[in-house]
Amino acid sequence: MDIQFVLYKLALAGIILLVSLVIAMYATLAERKVAGFFQDRLGPNRAGTFGLLQPVADGVKLFMKEEFMPATADKFLYLLGPCLTMLVALLSSAVIPWGKSINIGGVDYSLQVADINIGVLYVFAVVSIGVYGVMIGGWASNNKYALMGAVRAASQMISYELAMSMSIVTIVMTTGSLSLNEIVAQQPGIHWNVWTQPIGFLVFTICVFAECNRAPFDLPECETELIGGYHTEYSSMKLGFYLFSEYINMFIASAMISSLYFGGYNFPFINDLGLSQNVLTLLGTGIFFCKIGVFIFLFMWIRWTLPRFRYDQLMRFGWKTLLPLAIANVILTGFFHLLFKN
Amino acid sequence: MIPNSKNKIVLTKRSKVVSNKTMTWIERLYLPAIFQGMAITLSHFFKKEVTIQYPEVQRPVSDIYRGLHVLKRDDQGRERCTACGLCALSCPAEAITMIAAERKEDEMHLYREEKYASLYEINMLRCIFCGNCETACPKEAIFLTERFVPSQTKRDKFIYGKDVLVEPKDAPIDISKRQTPEVLAFKKDKTQSHNK
Repeated sequence: MDIQFVLYKLALAGIILLVSLVIAMYATLAERKVAGFFQDRLGPNRAGTFGLLQPVADGVKLFMKEEFMPATADKFLYLLGPCLTMLVALLSSAVIPWGKSINIGGVDYSLQVADINIGVLYVFAVVSIGVYGVMIGGWASNNKYALMGAVRAASQMISYELAMSMSIVTIVMTTGSLSLNEIVAQQPGIHWNVWTQPIGFLVFTICVFAECNRAPFDLPECETELIGGYHTEYSSMKLGFYLFSEYINMFIASAMISSLYFGGYNFPFINDLGLSQNVLTLLGTGIFFCKIGVFIFLFMWIRWTLPRFRYDQLMRFGWKTLLPLAIANVILTGFFHLLFKN
Repeated sequence: MIPNSKNKIVLTKRSKVVSNKTMTWIERLYLPAIFQGMAITLSHFFKKEVTIQYPEVQRPVSDIYRGLHVLKRDDQGRERCTACGLCALSCPAEAITMIAAERKEDEMHLYREEKYASLYEINMLRCIFCGNCETACPKEAIFLTERFVPSQTKRDKFIYGKDVLVEPKDAPIDISKRQTPEVLAFKKDKTQSHNK
């Protein structure tokens, strides 16, 4: 491993970190804008043209707020909660293939920070840690609403992780690899996994909504019942971390959906354009971000359309509908795979 | 249960009988209903926004809208108000306060008649914008206009004195829409009971 390689990977990780943060920042603005448009309003438009400085204003506002900590809170865990949530939200971007590779001076530089051969497993591991951030934050606040939110979050995330893993098992079966790079590479042109795995896609998308605590699965933080849920006792930038990590999660989740089911950086007629490798890679990355944008919009579209689940409905839906559906999908896929591929 | 449906009280014709029928298999999937809902929200996404951007754009108001008051001057720029106190008397909210003073020799160009209001205040938090002061005024001195009373952060900022209420000499405030010739003729009509 030479020094050049290490420097390149460090730079790439830095860029991806920056891009994730900027996109999450503007996702908060997009959310408010989209909400406005869905409700025949304009959304924020006073801070800068089209409200482009609104995220900055929000950030400044959060920083200026009083830093409050409940007297009975566990100091260390109380601080650990938002940090862990933020860390975990950013971790999974390491294995997502953002593009093919760029050729500089005869050396190929892959646009993926870590092409580990168990990429999918890594994502699941990281996502599972995500529940600790919420759980620890809710527990350390020493508040009944926060604890209720944390309990809900924990049970919801664990329940929906099962169905999510099951829906990915089918992808792994058809691809024969756990590496995200390999999964994306096997969907050239328009041969996307969504055409062969529509049920898997549906189950995965629903579960991702639940994992991100987004409406209609926003029970952990539902304002109307739990006045904020697990982050009831958080203020200032610690609250900002929780809210911000939700948008990073949304961005990463959209990237996962795009790369698992919609071909990632692949797009139709990729080889008919007659462009050089570097241009194609950049174009593919652009297309990938467009797909991510579409899914972020879907997240918001659903949020402003559907009402929240009741807790028993949430559990019944996860265990009695999604999990059996995902298992049936695995069995069916295995059956067809054996029948036609060999 | 309602024993006789003929005796049922019908308040509106919109009432629907709630049916508790079991849902079909397609309905229990919920997906068609979800897509229907998403189509509805998306149709609103492309609809024209109803927002009126207030300070820059103002909602059009009626010609006789009752907003912020104005104390008029006559055509020579003299204040019309003679501090008779009829507006304060007619005010149901008791929002108007005034102190009368006698015009001096050198103030002929400032006030139309011998008596004038040295202090004239309207408490905008008390005012209910009924327009009774305008109706009561025998000198066509006070009118309500279509201007708004802007928001303030201090309560005492809402007590408007003559500095705000009297129209500026160089920028007279047009009240011709509400004081039409017909209205003026009615006000001065000696056969009407209000002028007896």
